[in-house]
Amino acid sequence: MTAPHDRPTASELLESIREWLERDVLASVEGRLQFHTRVAINSMNIVLRELELGAAQESTHASVLADLHVASDAELAARIRDGKHDHELMQLLAVLKPVVEDKVRVANPTYLR
Amino acid sequence: MTNDVVAEMSEAIRTVLGAASVSQLRRLSGGASRETWRFNADNSDFVLQRVRNGTPNGLGAEPAVLKAAFAAGVPVPELVIDGSESTALERPFMIVRAVAGETIARKILRDEEFTTARSHLVGQLGRAAAQLHRIDPSQVPGLVVEDQIRRYRTALDTVGEPHPVFEVAFRWLEQNMPISTGTSVVHGDYRLGNVMVDHNGLSAILDWELSHLGDPMEDLGWLCVRAWRFGGALPAAGLGSYEELFDAYEAESGVRPDFEVVRWWEILGTLKWGIICISQAHTHLSGLVRSHELAAIGRRVCENEYDLIELLLEDAQ
Repeated sequence: MTAPHDRPTASELLESIREWLERDVLASVEGRLQFHTRVAINSMNIVLRELELGAAQESTHASVLADLHVASDAELAARIRDGKHDHELMQLLAVLKPVVEDKVRVANPTYLR
Repeated sequence: MTNDVVAEMSEAIRTVLGAASVSQLRRLSGGASRETWRFNADNSDFVLQRVRNGTPNGLGAEPAVLKAAFAAGVPVPELVIDGSESTALERPFMIVRAVAGETIARKILRDEEFTTARSHLVGQLGRAAAQLHRIDPSQVPGLVVEDQIRRYRTALDTVGEPHPVFEVAFRWLEQNMPISTGTSVVHGDYRLGNVMVDHNGLSAILDWELSHLGDPMEDLGWLCVRAWRFGGALPAAGLGSYEELFDAYEAESGVRPDFEVVRWWEILGTLKWGIICISQAHTHLSGLVRSHELAAIGRRVCENEYDLIELLLEDAQ
């Protein structure tokens, strides 16, 4: 819960809408609208997971960038493109892996092997 | 869509076909640059594809490729009318004979009615790929060789959302470029979702709008990209092993695909799909087409970063 707001929290509010979509809307629509309802439910679940995990993931990401002495993904991307990491591309992937896994953990956790 | 519009369009189609009657005209979902319609004319079913409003390139080489593919014995819908230059339906269109079956990958991979189809499909996809790679490029003058790396580098830069993992993949691809297997007609989007499958398996290869000239192994690599396994456990279309796919391809063409080359194309394909996900989300974010479906695709970008890390680290071992 984020002060000064009342319950329900942002997550709880979103959850209430997701439950309504799952319980009432999904059953009463079909075809394209049903598919689009599923997409909406899926996006709400992404937001819910991000609300839960986002803060910790942000600090993991920041510390990975700091270890690589870059300020942002954009800066790192530009350095890789300029060939500055050519001697250690695979090591770099291993370093970036936890950050990417964090993104998948929010976007689609069942995708992780 | 009003009844008037449907009636008017049905009449235009009837005239184009020289049919006695056209009925049951209805719009199907279709892709980003095409409208797809289905109808019945004189007791046969047809599919009409028409360029969307504002799409600059018309139908491109697709009608010519379809014709050449049909002539080469590739399982494709028969082209009935090439309306590339016609104004009868306001915008460029083509009409093909409808092929029965299912295109939705998840149904093909899971529904019981496709059990028999699933047991044949990977072999059929391998053989059909070999057949389509035999199409004589001189029969399709509109097709051009396309540098896939440059194309997707440009696409990524146009959106301007840098991803370190994608840059590593670009470097790796440039440094490990395989010797070309040859230059042939490439389908360009060869995967479940773009093929028609009936109870016996593959019935037609659809959606040729991304076809171009290039290394034929591009199609096999794309077929094995994890996104196109739709949750299936095995690499080839989620249903079969590389060996099964390569065996079928070799049986039809006499050429054994090289795993390393196919893998290079699979890695490029994974990068490519990641960049397409960024572009699709951008279509929403830029306001071009506001859609929560397109928006959600933006959160699939990381699946491709994840797969690229796995593929590249595995290759490095």
